[in-house]
Amino acid sequence: MIANYGFKDGSGDWYVVIDTDKCNGCGKCQEVCPPRILEVGPDEIDIFREGSVASVKHEERKKVRYSCAPCRPGYGEQPPPCVGACEPKAISHSDGWKRLYGHK
Amino acid sequence: MAEVKTQEFWRWPETNWVNPDIDWKNGKLITAGVDVGSVSTQAVIMVDGELYAYGNTRTGSDSPNSARKGMGFALEKSDIKIDNIDYCIGTGYGRVNVPMAQQSITEISCHARGANFMYGPEVRTVMDMGGQDCKAINVDGRGKVLNFIMNDKCAAGTGRGMEVFADLIRVPVWEIGPRSFQISKQPPVISSTCVVFAKSEVVGLLESGMPENEIMAAYCSAMAHRIMELLNRLGVKEKFVITGGIAKNEGVVKRLEKELGIKTAERVWYKKEYIDRKYPFDTQLAGGIGAALFGQALLKMGNAKSARKA
Repeated sequence: MIANYGFKDGSGDWYVVIDTDKCNGCGKCQEVCPPRILEVGPDEIDIFREGSVASVKHEERKKVRYSCAPCRPGYGEQPPPCVGACEPKAISHSDGWKRLYGHK
Repeated sequence: MAEVKTQEFWRWPETNWVNPDIDWKNGKLITAGVDVGSVSTQAVIMVDGELYAYGNTRTGSDSPNSARKGMGFALEKSDIKIDNIDYCIGTGYGRVNVPMAQQSITEISCHARGANFMYGPEVRTVMDMGGQDCKAINVDGRGKVLNFIMNDKCAAGTGRGMEVFADLIRVPVWEIGPRSFQISKQPPVISSTCVVFAKSEVVGLLESGMPENEIMAAYCSAMAHRIMELLNRLGVKEKFVITGGIAKNEGVVKRLEKELGIKTAERVWYKKEYIDRKYPFDTQLAGGIGAALFGQALLKMGNAKSARKA
């Protein structure tokens, strides 16, 4: 399942995208995320799934644009910490920040 | 002081129904789903996976009382009691505050599952137009969520936005769809993406003497456009269905179809016997139906225990 956590407004798309089929629930993303917006726990959408999965905390979903901004996802040479730490490559970001900081 | 009578243009009729073809006493598993949304609450009771009763009411100021009211309304026409229900699942915005529920499940899963039951396994994209958010969900043939996106940060393009608009223009909310097509020329575009700002734009248009129907057309178009932006990110696949209250507003639905170039599925039951027996089809029930079906599945799989008291 592709889970889009975040929001869309007049200024763009601000989503943390988690591919739950790839996520192995290791929890490295939540450890490296500077503002600690990620968590790992039971899959609340697919209730029959066994094992943990990463998601954005409920209370953080409407603030994703601002919480993720310091990491500048999609901009520059280095991927943001959560994306870099994810071995199965389950995490990505929508292009709001990339557009905000300009293409490289 | 003279009594001022105000008409509530946003108020839509509350409905309840009980299935005359089912005797719940013969049922093995009786499950319920209570979908407490921000604007409306639906309680659905299913007997062995078949629709038995429902109540569709307005959400009040607190979730527990809204859930009780919805459930009471659903039970009203039957002799079934809440103690006869094996398992109850809460869903929707107020899902954690449903007093009769044994468990809560997010409305994304429940709407996907409910749409699968209502419209059939060919459904691939479900757009739930709720009271204060909209959700676009891609599903597989079993109603499992494959991809979802939600917009709950702002009330533009939601049911509540339409209610506010109905009150402002003083037209009953269910008349807005049909009347938005009774226009002689194409309306201007309402640019604001925000309910509050759209409201001030509408006030301006009213003052400029624009015909009401054209303003309704403009508002419906604006809402359709906003929904489309969300759907574009997800990708729409047929069979495409809309659940929730806005699905009943053809002014929005037809304009969305035009923008997408994709028709929405007809609002009829997938089960032929439901159509033949003229069971009422209400797009607002998807969440409650999905929750009740999850309850049945959890009991069957042994992942949950019956809480039946009588």
